[in-house]
Amino acid sequence: MPTDLAVIGAGPAGLAASIAAAARGVRVTLVDAAPSAGGQFYRQPATGLGARRAQALHHQWRTWTRLREGLDRHIAAGRVTHLTDHHVWNVERTSTGLTVHALSGPEQETPVAVRADAVLLATGGYERVLPFPGWTLPGVLTAGGAQAMLKGTLVVPGGRVVVAGTGPLLLPVATGLAAAGVAVAALVESAGPEDFARHAGALAAQPGKAVEGALYTARLLRHRVRILPRHTVLEAHGDDRLEAVTVAALDPAGRPRPGTARRIPCDTLAVGHGMLPHTELADTLGCRIDGVAGVAVDDEQRTDVPGVWAAGEATGIGGAALALAEGHIAGRSIAARLSGTAPDPRQWERVARSRAALRRFSTTLDGVYAPPAHWADQVDDATVVCRCEEVRAGTVREAVGRLGAGDLRTVKLLTRAGMGWCQGRICTPGVAGVAGCAPTAARSPFARPVPLDVLAREPLQEGPDAC
Amino acid sequence: MNPLELAGARPEPAFTVTFDDRELQALPGWTVAAALWAAGITSWRTTRRDGRPRGIFCGIGVCFDCLVTVNDRPNQRACLVAVRPGDVIRTQEGTGHAD
Repeated sequence: MPTDLAVIGAGPAGLAASIAAAARGVRVTLVDAAPSAGGQFYRQPATGLGARRAQALHHQWRTWTRLREGLDRHIAAGRVTHLTDHHVWNVERTSTGLTVHALSGPEQETPVAVRADAVLLATGGYERVLPFPGWTLPGVLTAGGAQAMLKGTLVVPGGRVVVAGTGPLLLPVATGLAAAGVAVAALVESAGPEDFARHAGALAAQPGKAVEGALYTARLLRHRVRILPRHTVLEAHGDDRLEAVTVAALDPAGRPRPGTARRIPCDTLAVGHGMLPHTELADTLGCRIDGVAGVAVDDEQRTDVPGVWAAGEATGIGGAALALAEGHIAGRSIAARLSGTAPDPRQWERVARSRAALRRFSTTLDGVYAPPAHWADQVDDATVVCRCEEVRAGTVREAVGRLGAGDLRTVKLLTRAGMGWCQGRICTPGVAGVAGCAPTAARSPFARPVPLDVLAREPLQEGPDAC
Repeated sequence: MNPLELAGARPEPAFTVTFDDRELQALPGWTVAAALWAAGITSWRTTRRDGRPRGIFCGIGVCFDCLVTVNDRPNQRACLVAVRPGDVIRTQEGTGHAD
């Protein structure tokens, strides 16, 4: 079944766009890898768990309720088709439009193709984790991963947890875990009060966000969580699983202060250093990508490839509120463009103003939350930097020092770093930092591994009817 | 307080699966990773080169660190795959394919 618009990703941006477009008469197919809508931010507990108070795990619940009801209404009216458990691996330009290729079914091996006149990439983002000695030990996971387990399955790690790294995600993760009964031993954040003070003016421009931060902090204090600002994790310890971490205070230059290292016993380390956009589908479509920042878009959220829009974290990390604004504008632009008219931006002026303010705010946050300037110095030669191919920092340094690699691509060819299952999504920032090269967005012809027999044949069925 | 209480969960009845021949209880809606975590298991793969243990890392299907063998199929992402009654889950050694 052909559709007017295929939206890839059912998080805040994809939902806002689907609702805005469907309300203006566009037939939408919403394609998403998860079993239910929400994306990472509004990830819902699985149906079988019968959660009656999922709002206890979430913020901005009223916004979610509105999105959920809007989506349900358009699905019931036949304007939106929601394809759950569909993993998109490629979007192809054809002579008649665009074709979204996905894999479905419990084994993710059933090919499905959705033909569309327009595509919105609302593919979201994932967490950046920079390497440190011991980060491959079982028990070390991303902060967002711990949160996804909690929100989606209501399962939390046993024992003591340390939440560490940098970024606005750490506070909600630590408070969420503490509220769910987890013993959170410490929140270790490399940004310090002086980083916030430096940007006080810009931060105060979004009072809602400042209040949110203060609420999280108050909640942490209530759960007696120790907050260690201007600190970093130097090393994770253990043989076959995590037993402790060593943390240290940072000096103004971002180096560990001598004599401040201390060991915190823990069973889980939830760590993250900010977020990265998912840009693979945009990249294979030929959309312009602004370095590691995200997919480049104009004021209407259009990419430079005809028929392809992008919104949310994929166009630059900025949070759920920004994703909603961008998704809404994209949906309205698509509705107008598909009917052959140029949209009137004055109609979404209020949303565009909010988008501008939220983008400014996220730029400010980027300045506040930054990994320690000299983090790569803490990565000893024996530390595995590419988790998939088990490439050590020493091998990367040898490729640069002795073999003369001057860019990330050459490092990859010489060491295999970034050639494994994840296609460099996880290791690129770490390998680039250790090598002293500029990071470039992970590139791969397909957004996920695809069985060879799927590549070898045309999809057996077209569209949602057959799946 | 635990997460089930916090979210006011009334789960459907639990079922049994096995991990390396050990019986585990799982709830409908859990992923394989959730079932293993809930049983206190944090690693279920050994790496191809150094044979090092690995478990969940990104938790959202991006990193492929949590690969596991489910019902004789290797390379399943434990953080994404839903656990089903009677599943036979095994530690994945290396590529998961016997040499």
